[in-house]
Amino acid sequence: MTKALETIGDCALFGYRILREAARPPYELRELARQIVEIGSRSVPLIVSCGLALGIVMSVHTRESMVRFGAASMIPAVLTIAFFRELGPLVTGLLVAGRVGAGIGAELAGMRVTEQIDALETMAVDSFKYLVVTRVAACMIALPILTLMMDFSGLAGGMAAEMVVSNTSPRLYIYRSFGSMDWSDYLPTTFKTIVFGLVIGMISCFLGYNAKNGAAGVGKASTRSVVMSSLTLILINILLVKLTLFFFPGRAS
Amino acid sequence: MSNVAIQLKDVSKAFNGKKVLEKISFDVHAGEVLGLLGRSGTGKSVTLKLIVGLIGSDEGEIFIDEENIQQLERQELMRVRAKIGFLFQNAALFDSISLGKNLEFPLRRAGKSKSEIAEIVRTRLEEVGLEQDANKMPADLSGGMRKRAGLARALVLDPPIILVDEPSSGLDRITAGEIYELLGKLKQQKKTLIVVTHDAMGVRPIADRMCLIDQGKVLVCGPPEELEKDSNDLVRSLVTGGCT
Repeated sequence: MTKALETIGDCALFGYRILREAARPPYELRELARQIVEIGSRSVPLIVSCGLALGIVMSVHTRESMVRFGAASMIPAVLTIAFFRELGPLVTGLLVAGRVGAGIGAELAGMRVTEQIDALETMAVDSFKYLVVTRVAACMIALPILTLMMDFSGLAGGMAAEMVVSNTSPRLYIYRSFGSMDWSDYLPTTFKTIVFGLVIGMISCFLGYNAKNGAAGVGKASTRSVVMSSLTLILINILLVKLTLFFFPGRAS
Repeated sequence: MSNVAIQLKDVSKAFNGKKVLEKISFDVHAGEVLGLLGRSGTGKSVTLKLIVGLIGSDEGEIFIDEENIQQLERQELMRVRAKIGFLFQNAALFDSISLGKNLEFPLRRAGKSKSEIAEIVRTRLEEVGLEQDANKMPADLSGGMRKRAGLARALVLDPPIILVDEPSSGLDRITAGEIYELLGKLKQQKKTLIVVTHDAMGVRPIADRMCLIDQGKVLVCGPPEELEKDSNDLVRSLVTGGCT
């Protein structure tokens, strides 16, 4: 228990250091751009394919119930609300935690145990800024963009399913999808994924950057990065949903 | 050899309550080669990491070119580190990029132009006999090649001080000899070297002085030929690489 609290405290201090160092030049923009490509672009196929599949599956499941209540025309709106409000941000966060969190944890841990991080330092490179701040910032930038991709691919998947089943035109589907939504449905939920990015980046970097015990430590850092960041993301999502509803009460109705 | 390039004064370091170094003091003059010898676990590598500021000491002072590195802000420490090249025991090459890119990295950070970078990388790789291997990944290099590559990377910015950690570990006698030959060339270029090693016979031809560390303390420092005649059996044993 004491050790767990110590780890949480160390991770919080690590997060504080990230915020402090991020504000100070030099900004390592070249490495940041590389990390955005690595973390963001390379996640696109996974996010888009998952979004499409989820959209189709959600449409199929929802249709049965909605038809029973004579509300088949509501399917686009239900799917869009589900994706934009919750499904998109959370599923994107979890997928990125799996793909990127494990990668960051393993990469930094590997660099730590093979003294590559020490080598960077001896070359007068601030390893924390170069490796940690850039990765966390890249996660924070990439997550909202990937979330929008997930949202729209889900929408496209749902639309494709509806077109096949009920011959709904794309124009009508889109009209019904967004007819009952306003900006408060998109913006807070998309922006909360910046926090998800911070959580994934911070936890994975913390575990990788402070890894010990050789190859075993690398494996441990990788696994723990996924588990800890996914769990924290789910828990913090509860708080963020509550906060969103507090600041945008209209969404609850 | 009048200017002191590196000076340690009563430096102590403990890990988890266990003292690894206890009030060690020595200095290295500019252009001098110091062999730092001792048995495994006596704190030789820790000493190198203290000198470059990778870890902080618990007590004592460390000076690089008369600057106490423990009193420096991080940015200032980075400036001092730019004077030092470090060859790690396992070379610590960045394994996600090619050998050529490993050498380019510090040069790019230092703001060199593309043509300068290409020229320096080519020259350094030639010096260590790896000019044909610039596109190879570190995983594709043998132990000896990795050591030479690590040395080339440590030298790209032409630092006046080179710290070398176990240059011959894991290498056969001939390959280790090639590494010491390269270190000998650095001596001719008037670089200041600290070579941490178990291999007394390997470092002996290039070392101006040797310091022996045992149980976290400096036993003795002096020219190799003097230490060979020391009355302490352990000193003689370490310097001659034999058994007493």
